[in-house]
Amino acid sequence: MSTDTLFRRITDYANRPDPYPLYAELREHGVARQEDGAFLVGTYDEITALLHDPRVSSDVRNRDDAEELLAGEDPAAPRSFIALDDPEHDRLRRLAMRRFGPPHTPGRIDALRQDITAIAEDLARGLGEKQHIDIVDDFAFPLPVAVICRLLGVPGEDVPQVHEWADAVVAGLDFSPEEEPAERRRTALQARQAMGVYLGELARTRRERPTGDLLSQLANEDGPDGRLTDGELMSTATLLLIAGHETTVNLITNGVLTLGRHPEALQRLCDDPELMPRAVEELLRFEPPVQFLPQRTPLADIEVAGVTVPKGAPLILVLASGNRDPLRFPEPDRFRPDREDNQHLGFGSGVHSCFGAPLARLETQIALTVLLRRLGSWRLLADPPEYRRSPVLRGPRHLPVERGGGVS
Amino acid sequence: MSFDLKDGRIVIVGASLAGLRAAETLREKGFTGSLTLVGEEPELPYDRPPLSKAVLLGRAGAEDCGLPGRRSLDAHWRLGVRATGLDPEARRLLLADGEQLPYDRLLIATGTRARPWPNPEEAALDGVLTLRTSQDAARLARLLDARPHRVLVVGAGFTGSEIASACRERGLDVTVVERGRAPLIGALGGTVGAWAIRLQRAHGVDLRCGVTVTALLGRNGRLSGAELSDGSRIDAEVAVVCLGAVRNTEWLADSGLAAGPRGVACDAGCRVFTMYGIVTDDVFVAGDVARFPHPLFEYQLIALEHWGNAIAQAEVAAHNMVSPGPRRRPHLAVPSFWSSQFGLNIKSVGVPTFSDQVILAQGSPGERRLVAVYGYRGRITAAVTVDRAKWLEHYRHLIETAAPFPPGPGAADHLAGQEPVPSDVPDPRVLSHGPTVALTGHLPDWRLTLLRPAG
Repeated sequence: MSTDTLFRRITDYANRPDPYPLYAELREHGVARQEDGAFLVGTYDEITALLHDPRVSSDVRNRDDAEELLAGEDPAAPRSFIALDDPEHDRLRRLAMRRFGPPHTPGRIDALRQDITAIAEDLARGLGEKQHIDIVDDFAFPLPVAVICRLLGVPGEDVPQVHEWADAVVAGLDFSPEEEPAERRRTALQARQAMGVYLGELARTRRERPTGDLLSQLANEDGPDGRLTDGELMSTATLLLIAGHETTVNLITNGVLTLGRHPEALQRLCDDPELMPRAVEELLRFEPPVQFLPQRTPLADIEVAGVTVPKGAPLILVLASGNRDPLRFPEPDRFRPDREDNQHLGFGSGVHSCFGAPLARLETQIALTVLLRRLGSWRLLADPPEYRRSPVLRGPRHLPVERGGGVS
Repeated sequence: MSFDLKDGRIVIVGASLAGLRAAETLREKGFTGSLTLVGEEPELPYDRPPLSKAVLLGRAGAEDCGLPGRRSLDAHWRLGVRATGLDPEARRLLLADGEQLPYDRLLIATGTRARPWPNPEEAALDGVLTLRTSQDAARLARLLDARPHRVLVVGAGFTGSEIASACRERGLDVTVVERGRAPLIGALGGTVGAWAIRLQRAHGVDLRCGVTVTALLGRNGRLSGAELSDGSRIDAEVAVVCLGAVRNTEWLADSGLAAGPRGVACDAGCRVFTMYGIVTDDVFVAGDVARFPHPLFEYQLIALEHWGNAIAQAEVAAHNMVSPGPRRRPHLAVPSFWSSQFGLNIKSVGVPTFSDQVILAQGSPGERRLVAVYGYRGRITAAVTVDRAKWLEHYRHLIETAAPFPPGPGAADHLAGQEPVPSDVPDPRVLSHGPTVALTGHLPDWRLTLLRPAG
């Protein structure tokens, strides 16, 4: 088949369970121009170079098709830093980082260790003696949601509503053409706006009465870089909430799925839980929760592996394909929980590298450790499982497992 | 070679970062023979970068900076004793306590020491010190704890600037005296140096450039102040002498190796040359004391006082010590270093002094967040970031591929109207401090080393 339909095939829901052969096809052809003028990149070195290239923009307003993409959006509304370039991206990200990680708050994530463990143990205990478990609904979904809501300071009773919005926003990242993309984008936009308004309200109450959570701190920050405006606070909090929501769920679920498919790796991890941090890195390489970055575009004509990508063309970086590049990783299609030299693209790279990476790592390490200990022996009931729609944030919608009968 | 490279006796002279990483790499590569590390300092290997940063701020003790071991070494440690000579023919290392250590292969990693204040009487005053070792750092931290009225820093290279930064962060008055026109000028050139002048002054440093200290003054054996070449006088209770580093090569004076004040010369595989330029095959060198040819810098021999170079070069040297000829690797890493001062993170790739022009490629100096890119005869040779380190990877690639200078348009945060300007790299002789990157040259009129047989 022609490579100019690759993106259509990758986003086709029928290929959700196993997009990896398509990624191999992409790597074989280097940079693949698509029928709609977009460029697809899937080789490790090229992706890495583009992620570090200051001429590659994350702001879709720089794309030739910006008008169509942004239909219905208020052009003056503040954008979150994931969709901005330096220096604005840098300023907003730095303001958010002041209260999240080094150098100003180096202990924040580590301090969550106990909390996360308690939440995970609670959920695992809740499984009781149930024979059939849905890893997604019973464990992988509630855990990160509880953690990010606690970190930000979202009250427990609002969590279901927050989740509904987050789902709608993620559905907006579905590229399959068979449904109405414009309609989905509209719904996503509305959900993002509603979430912003909600978080804005919450931040206002925290500004008056701070409660020690991240939102209170962001709202009352008074560092050398100043303070986030109300609009910036809304967009930043919305970004953290959505990103902290939808990616770790998939990482944990993909972890259980991958271990169910690799009994020898599962056994090794049960025998040697110390291996878990490295196993999670391998998981981020092998089944990354963010499969590709769909929103980049060059600010000047740039050459990638001998192909000129024109200024303003959509540039799609397929991280999950770079992670399987045999020129970078020996035996890339093998899941090796003790892999050395594993500088994967699971969290991207460069100035936009995942803000919440330390949190995602810790959550997943704890989640899988607790779950494996509590599950006893188990096996997958459906392989492949039913997947969510999004080809970007790819992961199972449900992952039913049955206790007994498998490895322990 | 007929004997087994994985066996035999290896001696490493120098038990700091390069020595330790080389030892670990030797074991990792399967060396099973006897391994000895000789170190002049009594401490186990420790990390030096924190000594001018966290230690001076009281965030870490000088004794808490031990380097973590990556693996067990099964090595003999000979600490607190210095090497005094080498007999390359008999393959023996001579130690200060009279012992002679036989070796089959030797790694020289003796590094550098702080250049002392030239007047020994003044240097002996209470309150005058240099900063290189963990003992120095412990002493300086104690002196700062006593809240002196003023600290004098002589020399505004990276060490001097970091000390000045720590003093200001602790609310101490500090005077910095630099013979050159600007702080950091020796490493980054005058254009970026001019920015460093504004930075230091904005943080309340009493910065005096183009001036030298002509005398350190004492009262009852204690430092009381200093006289400067412009006729002025300052009171100070502490003076930190930051005049750069001296390479520890004196012990090799009679060895017949290409060792001198500029370092120990070697080939791309870290094998040491004799004084006739003939390569040895059993003596290797790594770290601050090595000078090696680098293809990105016209194969001039360069010596780098960089943490990252010590590791990378030690790993290459160790690999080559236990590998047969065709399996050996060159040390080609692009130089890089970092500094933190005045709340900023400064990082560099390439060699900024190997340049004729510089351009502000990204960011703006006003915001104190920028990327400066250096060029030499139309190609990119270095980049320096201030609080923008994540862009360095891009410029490293441009340096490695000799990309044209100035870099093309399109960076999102490129400030309009920026043009290349002279990078204004001074002759190292006009600086207070020795440069941390020394292009020690192949051109005969550049930094010529004179051979003076000892005795």
